Amino acid sequence: MNSIKYSFFVADCMNPFYNRDVISVNDFSKDELELLFRYADKIGDMSKVERLELARGSILAYAFFEPSTRTRLGFEAAMLSIGGSTLGMLGSKSTSMEKGESIKDTIRVIDLYADIIVMRHYLDGSARFAAEIASHPLINAGSGMEEHPTQAMLDLYTIQKEKGSIDGLRIGIVGDLKYARTVYSLIYALDKYDVRLDLISPNELSIRKEYITNLKHQVYEHERLDDVINELDIIYVTRIQKERFPDEQEYMRVKGSYVIDKKILDNIKSDAIIMHPLPRIDEIKYEVDNDKRAAYFRQVKYGKDIKAALLALIINEYI
Amino acid sequence: MSSEQLLVRRIKDGTVIDHIDAGKALIVLRALGIKDEGNVITIAMNVPSDKLGKKDIIKIENRFLLAEETNKLALLAPHATINIVENYNVREKRNVELPDRFIDMIRCINPNCITNSSENISSIIDVVDKSNRRLRCRYCRRIIDISEILYQI
Repeated sequence: MNSIKYSFFVADCMNPFYNRDVISVNDFSKDELELLFRYADKIGDMSKVERLELARGSILAYAFFEPSTRTRLGFEAAMLSIGGSTLGMLGSKSTSMEKGESIKDTIRVIDLYADIIVMRHYLDGSARFAAEIASHPLINAGSGMEEHPTQAMLDLYTIQKEKGSIDGLRIGIVGDLKYARTVYSLIYALDKYDVRLDLISPNELSIRKEYITNLKHQVYEHERLDDVINELDIIYVTRIQKERFPDEQEYMRVKGSYVIDKKILDNIKSDAIIMHPLPRIDEIKYEVDNDKRAAYFRQVKYGKDIKAALLALIINEYI
Repeated sequence: MSSEQLLVRRIKDGTVIDHIDAGKALIVLRALGIKDEGNVITIAMNVPSDKLGKKDIIKIENRFLLAEETNKLALLAPHATINIVENYNVREKRNVELPDRFIDMIRCINPNCITNSSENISSIIDVVDKSNRRLRCRYCRRIIDISEILYQI
């Protein structure tokens, strides 16, 4: 360990993320999330040289059984930015899974090559199962329609950075709340804070109640965005997927009610922010991008810092 | 001797499962995995009961069911009482209790759950709230009400 690393990792307290799997945001307390945010701040302030010491010699392997651009690139960029290396596989078509290999065997092999594994898979519960197999820490980068915990971590960090704090805000989540795994992780994470949560969606895409029965706080459901948009501090937009609708006319009717365009900007608070996990299709018009309230590209930058912080905390025992 | 005892003979050694919800005796036997083991099994159905109105009773001779086995009945026959009989005396009397988890006994009801895929994986359903009889899949975290899985038993 060289002198630069010592300056950030003096052995005075073991960090709660060390060697830990990240499967659900529910596995982390509010205090732990805030420690992560503070550490992301710290990483953001480090020089490039200092950052490069955080994961020197460590290898991240990604196993993406489902398409991804931002999440995978984000983890790669984050790992490289803290001095680690990456390798991995994309999609089951180019792997032995196409030949019928099980997740169990695939993860067992990847586990031999890496110090940390980032996995995305289309089945609910896949990450929890893979974490049981792997001896190294495993990060869930999306499991079926279930969860996407690191997206929730970066979403909360974005809110904290943009608004100064999370408590006390009124937060609206708009769009496909039924199938979007990012939404579930975000709801679970926000439930640790004192916020008012408004869920705005067409009836066909409303939240699956059976997954939110354990929330501490009440959530408020709406069908019309107009009913609440002027009261929201955070407008979190998700994509409404065409393939979820039985007929195209119904889709066309519904999707128009949830589009954020320049006209809508006049109705929202001057200090509100608009977020989106990306990719967007047409639910936020390009004309909105230059408004200072459009935070979705800043969200990507915060995401890189959160991922770097998370990886560094998992890899290093002491902070 | 009470009227209900007259319906089925006393057993010397074995297990008596009393207070089974009326009509469920055969499903209970199946859930316990009791097949043709050579023991005498007596089943009484729709027996008048002060507690339940009507009830079923099963008497299994020469077989002493363990709590792990009979607790499986907590889903099907939550009011059942288990009497372990030795030499015509009740050596142990117990109620059924929801276990902490069910392993490979019931399937998760979420079709997209990994436990319903071709992966070689046990179904583990945790009992998260015994008083409200709510379960949760260990893997996909789907909350399951007991009424949603009774069809599997």
